[in-house]
Amino acid sequence: MEIIVLIKQVPDIEKVRFDAEKGRIDRSSAPAETNPFDLNALEAAIQLKEKLGGSITVLSMGPKQAESSLRDALARGADKAILLTDGRFAGADTLATAYTLATAIKKLGRFDLIICGEKTVDGDTGQVGPEVAEFLGIPHVAYVSEIREVHQDKLLLISDMGDKYLVEVKLPALITVTKDLNTPRLPSLRDVLKARKKEIEVWNADALSDYGDLDGFGVKGSKTMVVKVVIPSEKGRKGIIFRGEDAAEKLLEVLRENRLVN
Amino acid sequence: MKGILIYAEVESGRVHPVAFELLGKAREIGEKISGQVWSIILGHEIKDLASELIQYGADKVFVYDHPTLREFDVIRYKEILVDFVKKFNPEIFLIGATPLGRSLAPRVAAALRTGLTADCIDLRIDENGDLIQIRPAFTGNILAHIKTKSRPIMATVRYRVMEMPEKDLSRSGEIIEMDVPEIGETGLKMLGEVEERRVNLAEADIIVAGGRGLKSKDDLKMLEELASLLGGVVGVSRPLVDEGWISKDHQVGFSGNTVKPKLYIACGISGSPQHLAGMRDSEIIVAINVDPSAPIFRYADYGVVGDLYEVLPKLIKILKNAKRSDNP
Repeated sequence: MEIIVLIKQVPDIEKVRFDAEKGRIDRSSAPAETNPFDLNALEAAIQLKEKLGGSITVLSMGPKQAESSLRDALARGADKAILLTDGRFAGADTLATAYTLATAIKKLGRFDLIICGEKTVDGDTGQVGPEVAEFLGIPHVAYVSEIREVHQDKLLLISDMGDKYLVEVKLPALITVTKDLNTPRLPSLRDVLKARKKEIEVWNADALSDYGDLDGFGVKGSKTMVVKVVIPSEKGRKGIIFRGEDAAEKLLEVLRENRLVN
Repeated sequence: MKGILIYAEVESGRVHPVAFELLGKAREIGEKISGQVWSIILGHEIKDLASELIQYGADKVFVYDHPTLREFDVIRYKEILVDFVKKFNPEIFLIGATPLGRSLAPRVAAALRTGLTADCIDLRIDENGDLIQIRPAFTGNILAHIKTKSRPIMATVRYRVMEMPEKDLSRSGEIIEMDVPEIGETGLKMLGEVEERRVNLAEADIIVAGGRGLKSKDDLKMLEELASLLGGVVGVSRPLVDEGWISKDHQVGFSGNTVKPKLYIACGISGSPQHLAGMRDSEIIVAINVDPSAPIFRYADYGVVGDLYEVLPKLIKILKNAKRSDNP
């Protein structure tokens, strides 16, 4: 089975500082990491390859330093890695991002399955996966929490839409996966060292010009724009703290005053 | 007349209430941009639901009723929505940010090559008459204000962030039964529901949530008892789901449910960014934690610094006694 996994490098969200007063996002102290959901997507691909053979290509769009995420994916079991990097890809909204990824996938040629995480921890949109599927004209299943059966030409999946549904999808297809699907394995030191020597292909916008319209990439291809970013402060909260023996009584008292408890 | 189109999702034979909230918002926007409120509904044997959409604010309801639309097939639904938008050219198209909406909307937007804003928590018309879409990003740590250059402006909007409008039984509007276009094989077969969620946190008014501060699975019973005394349900942070103590539908947080109850009681939850992303918009937040430096206290209206194994039994005891004296 030929599998493509889409990954994104994101800042470690626990270490990003959000300054409500200055309205600034400070990423300098936050190391970059692979979007956590994408590791579940990669693990799913590795498990499918173990069962059926084939190969795994990881594809990412981002700045040059995103190579480290691709190298990590190679260490975990991907066979081939491609980084889309170019100033002309920058500033893309989900539509332009999906269009760029879909164009690169067209250049890659034949595939059976594309796997992505359900969303990223920085953008939070969850839109890129289904948009890629639409640009490629293939079906998608979102929020896959279990892969029940694997056949050469179709998959039987559980899609977690709150309630869980059984869905059969014909290949080629795209799936977006939740964290429940699996537990990503860590690469061994040996694999990490081996991956250091592997090549990461880098494609710029010109490399895609035979497969798509350059005007669909980056800022030019984007239809939405961020006009303002606000870092909400939490000053709306009362922050009343109770301690000691009668804390429970005092808490219930204020909840009764707020008519939250009878 | 500019059309403001609201997608009405059918969930277990009823209209998902986020559609009513969106109709209310659409009326407000409609007054500012002199627009008309439209709603589109897809499914089978759903004609009765159309009048309810009018009562909540739709001027026109477009109904696609067909046996092939009984189950959600993302490609089939997308084809119909795209076809509709191309014919009627709405200015704005809003869809509830439910799992279904968040799977369907991006396909529609990509097919129409239009911008889509995910998971909005507010919509406003600015002084230029442009729609400003406000959404959280960075795991809920920032709010981005977004404008769209293309038409229709598309957005998915979170449930329970817009006010629920009053139902007006006397409102009149037009119900239009649409021909359902012939759509061939989609590559998808919907084989039915296999597991119903045990709890719907998104609709709960009171949530009693537990985290790593709990020592064993059995201790969840304490949360359940408190929740039931308060008329609420139990939520948890991710580690307890990972431990296998409770099903995922109880999980609050970035990779679980986003909730906005009237009262959220966080017991033994330190308040990681991932957890906060799922509950920080709750109306009243109570934190019970033994560690006074736990981040959750910064987000709490009321905090109890103490061992939950002492505080919770006390709360339960007082509430039980109160119940007893109410019903002698």
